[in-house]
Amino acid sequence: MIKVTIDDIEIEVEEGTTILNAARMIGGDVVPPAMCYYSALPGTGGKCRTCLVEVAAGSTKDPRPMPKLMVSCSTQVMDGMIVKNKTSERVIENRAGVVEFLLANHPLDCPVCDQAGECDLQNLGFENGKEATRYEEERRTFEPIDIGDHIKLNMNRCILCYRCVHVANQLTDQRVHGALHRGDHTEISTYIEKAIDNDFSGNMIDVCPVGALTDRTARFKSRVWFLNPMNATCECTKCSGKAVVWMFGKEVYKVTTRQDKYGEVEQVDGKPQWLCDECRFDKKDVSKWTIEGARHIDRHSVISQGHYEKPNPLDNKPKNIK
Amino acid sequence: MQSLTNRSKMVSDKKMTFLEKLYLPAIFGGMIITAKHLFRKNNTIKYPEEQRVFAPVYRGQHVLKRDEQGRENCTACGLCAVACPAEAITMVANERKKGEEHLYREEKYAEVYEINMLRCIFCGLCEEACPKEAIFLTDRIVKTDDNRPDFVYGKDRLVEDVNNRIDVSRRQLTGKRKEK
Repeated sequence: MIKVTIDDIEIEVEEGTTILNAARMIGGDVVPPAMCYYSALPGTGGKCRTCLVEVAAGSTKDPRPMPKLMVSCSTQVMDGMIVKNKTSERVIENRAGVVEFLLANHPLDCPVCDQAGECDLQNLGFENGKEATRYEEERRTFEPIDIGDHIKLNMNRCILCYRCVHVANQLTDQRVHGALHRGDHTEISTYIEKAIDNDFSGNMIDVCPVGALTDRTARFKSRVWFLNPMNATCECTKCSGKAVVWMFGKEVYKVTTRQDKYGEVEQVDGKPQWLCDECRFDKKDVSKWTIEGARHIDRHSVISQGHYEKPNPLDNKPKNIK
Repeated sequence: MQSLTNRSKMVSDKKMTFLEKLYLPAIFGGMIITAKHLFRKNNTIKYPEEQRVFAPVYRGQHVLKRDEQGRENCTACGLCAVACPAEAITMVANERKKGEEHLYREEKYAEVYEINMLRCIFCGLCEEACPKEAIFLTDRIVKTDDNRPDFVYGKDRLVEDVNNRIDVSRRQLTGKRKEK
């Protein structure tokens, strides 16, 4: 066990832990935001630069500060390391710059985008970004395309986090999509349109921090804040069957994986609870799901408006009355 | 106890004098006041022949604007509905098909857009929330009716006519838009 200090809070962690994960153990404001790192997908991280932190002292043996800001999602902690996140002016200023870069080519089409309301980039921009844009050049644009029967790819909104590529690599048999071209010409795509039909490829929708990959079966159906997220399970041989069904009245509008407070898929005993495509896209009927109860939504989220965690609207028998 | 104001009067139960018992001076006093009012300027106006000038910030019936090319501005983002304290606004979105580009400005549009005018409190928050400058409150008055369902205004009554535009430039110059 080694000791690290993050924003003046000391914590003991195991060797090999990254700064980001050590900060998540403390929780709260100390945690740097992350757009590309995804705990359930090994190999992610290091691309978006939003999690940069200042290392004021490298370790007890070598207490010199690291000259540049470090990527907290892939830098491992050392004994006696002192990390500054929210307490460092440099980090705050730098993060605002990173947000500006991420938004440079991002279209401001939040009113149209299905991800609005549960978008990591919106939260990031709101918490760390600047109020106005300075970007005057023409943004790069693509036509939205269908990759597979169920997934819409809108490359305009992509921030190139590569999470979806890792999903395809690690969860599905054959990866049929990836990054084409290089540098600022990079785009996520498939060689052949509608090529994606793997069983677990729907998970790339949940993994996508922005609205680049969206569910075609729920396309433009409703905005997230009008829906009621409910924890539900179903019996499935392929996946865990643990999901969140987003309901409008008694209709199921969309099905997603259960996500923790960092927007990452929930893990049970170290196993990520991914959903198969059948559960996600084809079970749009309440009778196919066992509703456990309302999903807990943070009260600061727009989704919490009109969302009541008690009682269960599908429960016809009131429990409190005996 | 010390009184808070000097307006308090002691109540007396003294007997009325003969003159007071006649009540006539009091009646005439009252009649004089009534007669004075006959020659005063009226506070009321004869609506609808005569109409008052509305303040520029007056908030009346809503309008869904079109842009210069006649395309609907509204993209059914739902921000007006989420801002609405009276929950008067509902909408159903739909995707714009190829060949409909002259009808709707964005990829998504409101297929159904309804405002319940009985629920609406005309606070103007929908107008403030709108990112597309699509909804505005105008100086028109919502017409009276005797049938509740008729107060749910759909797109047929909310969207402005292409050839008969509704001028909201005065409203655009008030409030937060003034600085632009």
